[in-house]
Amino acid sequence: MDLNAVEGVVRPGCRAELPARQDGDAFLAGGTWVFSEPQPHLRRLIDLAALGWPAIETHVNGISIAATCTLAELEAMAANAAFPAAALIQQCCRALWGSFKIWNMATVGGNLCLALPAAPMAALAVALDGVCTVWRADGTDESVPARNFILGPGKTCLAPGDVLRRVAIGREALEGRFAFRQVSLTEEGRSAALVIGRSVGGGVKLTITAATRRPVQCGFTTPPDTERVVRDIDRTVDAAGGWFDDCHGAPDWRRHMTHRLAGEICRELAAR
Amino acid sequence: MSGAQTIPVTVDGVAQVLVGRAGQCLRTLLREAGHVSVKKGCDAGDCGACSVLLGGKPVHSCLVPAFRAAGRQVTTAAGLAGAEGLHRVQQAFLDHTAFQCGFCTPGMLVTAASLDQAQRQDLGRALKGNICRCTGYGPIADAIRSLDRPSAVPFVRDPASPLAPGAEAIVRGQAAYTLDALPCPAGDVLHMKLVRSPHAHARVVRIDTRGAYDVAGVRLVLTHEDAPDLLYSTARHENYRDNPDDTRLLDDIVRHVGQRVAAVVADSVAAAEEGCARLDITYEVLPAALTPAAALAADAPAVHAKDAGVARIANPARNIVAELHDEIGDVAAGFAAADLVCEGEYHTQRMHHAYLETLAAIAWMDEAGRLNVRSSTQVPFLTRDALVRLFGLAPDRVRVFCERVGGGFGGKQEMLTEDVVALAAMKLGRPVQLELSREEHFFGAPCRHPMRVRAKIGSKRDGKLTAIALDVLSDTGAYGNHGAAVMFHATNESIGLYRCPNKKVDGVVVYTHTPPAGAFRGFGLGQTNFAIEQTLDELARGLGIDPIRFRQINVVRPGDQMTSTHMALHDVEFGSYGLDQCLEFVESALARGEVPAEIAADPDWAVGCGVAAAMIDSAPPNGHFAQARMALVEGAYVLTVGAAEFGNGSSTTNAQIASSVLGVSADRISLRQSDTALLAHDTGVFGSTGTAITGMATQRAAEALAAAMRQTAAARSGVAAEAWRLEGDAMVSPAQRIGLAELGALEAEGRSAGTPRTVAFNVHGFRVAVHRPTGAVRILQSVHGADAGRVINPVQCRGQVEGGVGQAIGAALFEEIRLDQGGAVENPAFRGYHVPRLADLPRVDVFFADTYDRLGPMGAKSMSESPFNPVPAALANAMHDATGVRFRKTPMRRDTIWRALHGADGDA
Repeated sequence: MDLNAVEGVVRPGCRAELPARQDGDAFLAGGTWVFSEPQPHLRRLIDLAALGWPAIETHVNGISIAATCTLAELEAMAANAAFPAAALIQQCCRALWGSFKIWNMATVGGNLCLALPAAPMAALAVALDGVCTVWRADGTDESVPARNFILGPGKTCLAPGDVLRRVAIGREALEGRFAFRQVSLTEEGRSAALVIGRSVGGGVKLTITAATRRPVQCGFTTPPDTERVVRDIDRTVDAAGGWFDDCHGAPDWRRHMTHRLAGEICRELAAR
Repeated sequence: MSGAQTIPVTVDGVAQVLVGRAGQCLRTLLREAGHVSVKKGCDAGDCGACSVLLGGKPVHSCLVPAFRAAGRQVTTAAGLAGAEGLHRVQQAFLDHTAFQCGFCTPGMLVTAASLDQAQRQDLGRALKGNICRCTGYGPIADAIRSLDRPSAVPFVRDPASPLAPGAEAIVRGQAAYTLDALPCPAGDVLHMKLVRSPHAHARVVRIDTRGAYDVAGVRLVLTHEDAPDLLYSTARHENYRDNPDDTRLLDDIVRHVGQRVAAVVADSVAAAEEGCARLDITYEVLPAALTPAAALAADAPAVHAKDAGVARIANPARNIVAELHDEIGDVAAGFAAADLVCEGEYHTQRMHHAYLETLAAIAWMDEAGRLNVRSSTQVPFLTRDALVRLFGLAPDRVRVFCERVGGGFGGKQEMLTEDVVALAAMKLGRPVQLELSREEHFFGAPCRHPMRVRAKIGSKRDGKLTAIALDVLSDTGAYGNHGAAVMFHATNESIGLYRCPNKKVDGVVVYTHTPPAGAFRGFGLGQTNFAIEQTLDELARGLGIDPIRFRQINVVRPGDQMTSTHMALHDVEFGSYGLDQCLEFVESALARGEVPAEIAADPDWAVGCGVAAAMIDSAPPNGHFAQARMALVEGAYVLTVGAAEFGNGSSTTNAQIASSVLGVSADRISLRQSDTALLAHDTGVFGSTGTAITGMATQRAAEALAAAMRQTAAARSGVAAEAWRLEGDAMVSPAQRIGLAELGALEAEGRSAGTPRTVAFNVHGFRVAVHRPTGAVRILQSVHGADAGRVINPVQCRGQVEGGVGQAIGAALFEEIRLDQGGAVENPAFRGYHVPRLADLPRVDVFFADTYDRLGPMGAKSMSESPFNPVPAALANAMHDATGVRFRKTPMRRDTIWRALHGADGDA
């Protein structure tokens, strides 16, 4: 929608051209959220696309996904990739509530910074042990583990003026074995619970999102039985603010679905 | 205004330089440049109506910053067709009649054109970003999938189902809706934005307008001090006294969160928004009653402290808009005589119509000083009448008309924008436009009436009903528009369908401090059907009688009296009767159905079947008038009707009716419609009257014209009028032939008063699988028997049924407007209010009863709103059959189903 209160757009060509922060500033990545709701407080958009970051860089140690990488670019990369986590990347792209048309605009960084509980890129980044690089407003860089990036619904570790630059994924994570489950109130709907499991040694590490206020992780060094899955997940989620409640699913159902999906994931990973 | 910049862009192959604003989205940039095939449906990236190709890739243009289009190629729906003709996707949509109102069609076409073969095989995923509210998606899926079929066999159109007038314009993106007809004939348009109340109940103490007037471009601020004192209802009925006069154009009391408080008119939307933000409004917050129970409490604040007689409110002090307590026979004796009595309490939710074209109006004064209003309405004539009364104008000083309307479903049987733009246009003498945002519809436009319905029904062991008691509590919200009429309708055909000597109805409609409810497809019948048809299902099960058989025992048949309450009018007859056929069809179709092996083999899935029946009067009571004019002008036929076209299809059926009388094909009838300047009066299209009543007026007008043509031919030739036949371009007698063009100008009128009325029937059956561990519902089979009389356009009528079933599945499973503790809407966007997408809906197996109605035009009956009505109950009955749990509340979402299946009481 038109953001009529916006008076100007800044298109910085490099970090040095990022303007000093003012009230009413917003960073613009894909725009799929900023332009989807009235923003009467915004006066200026700072277009991160102008920085021209390469979408995905591949290193010997892994890959680096620019915050401005679109879901379409990420999905296309995964569709042609040989590493085992490629399937997980595609599953997480498909878990976005928006359709493939939104993939053409929505960005990985935007999805993380919006910090919705259902954010599939947050689930992906956390499950892959991603490390976020944050450009602090004072000009310094900071590395933040993806699991610590989102603090709650709509809340991240970013301070005003900070920019998420990239998410780095290590080679080991890309080579990991994963299982993915997602459920929503409707077919192709917004995630109400999204659980990713990764084989770690003889055990499993679960990443739980959508059902929780922020991504949480639960590790098991040996294949857990159902009772333990339920107990450990409940304890971890309680410590992270409890089960999420909004129009996309009741908390008791989300909890039950999370237990169910976690159990399925543990069985799937154990069976392989 | 701010940050204007030039944006070079190539649109549909034409390079141009547009001027954009800093925060502007691509959709607005394109529309302002005249590319109006790009629609605004939600403005939030949820509905897909604005889809365009940007650099060859499909995007939602409402989410794209306009500046990002610089130097790029944009393709809109209007640019899909090439010089050689329609794009094959457009042709497929035409062939499969994959549209009704057509408002979603441009975005749907652009999206469909961008799909690859793999995406076309997985349309549930590919089209999750596109909403169609009309069709139920079946024909859209058919159209898109047809692209992968070998083209050796050309598509053959059902000859009984000609395309709608304007169908090609729709797929070309050329059909004009309310805000597409540019430019305004009276010059540059000013824009209005509304300030809405943050409080559920408050007195407006003071509005300081100075800040708003300080904004450059602000021309006018309207507050309650500018509003006429006259009270009225936004609801539009033939007789305005059917609704309470409880609404003021702008009021100094606000009665729900979202009620309009002030209007700001400015040179631009941006300036109007800024003006709204600068208004300084002081409220005195008052206690609010947010639920019917709170509103009925002894110490509840009165929503309307008004004179009962003047405002036509039953009991303002007790917040009761209307009530009905009536008994036929002796219900207590009936229950005493029953072998089994079942009863239950059912709840239906607050719903949004979700027509894709938002409410909008533009008003201006023409050179003759006449007020013109173009709006998105189902009722231009009744809106004209309302403006005449509100502003004390002579009827010939007001013209209201509409272009094609993007969906209605009852939601546009209201005056929600026209009053305030008319006031502004008259004050300023300049054109003023108001377009409501999608968000505003959730709290500023009527929703479906939430109801609590208690049903109690008794039966003898042989299945004969002994007594029916219905107790309805309807929440009309802060204003009484449609409240009484919906309650009376809800308690009429729903029990009139069944032969039973003892019937009792208690109905109460209450005001609450919540967004008002209004007319919604089914007009109350869907809410009571959900309770009654489930109670009947319980009875049938309890008695060990098949649910279809149980209905066969009890439904009315020709010769029976249709009884409900003493309020019911007695102009309803069995003009035809196809309910028996509908029941038989649903029974046999369900018997043929199969359960997929993977579900049958998995004990987590519970499978069951359910049915429900519904009856509807073919028109609203108390008169519903249509006027049609059939003219022969230079050898061409011109039909003028009052009815608006909003996807209801009545333009097609009226053209077909006229064409069959006049012996030409439907495309030879040119249609003018929905404009008070063209005809004296027309009640409008609501209550499914577009075919049944307008069609009757059209038939009479066409017959009268045919008679006049024969007379003219007789006078000219000396051959008796009876000897002349109409054959295409000529009149033919055994010895002579006169070309139509030689007859000169002739015209004739036809009228219909909507009485006597007939009844139409709908029976729905489902086979469902319920996944016990998650609460997921999979619809395995959806079958619908409809008695629409003789179906004039089978393809289009099937579309009405499929679309109604789809909307009802949304009501049954997904949709709910949620209010927070303060009475504000929690989910005022499609991302939080789930309208069914393609992935959510099954195909419907539609059967039409073979009947011919003696009261309807060409034997036809109404069939627009009624397919909705039996669907939620049929689904709940099937879910009960599968799980043993009775679901008494909509929406039946996965989380509530799961909880019911795993809860302590085993009930939902």
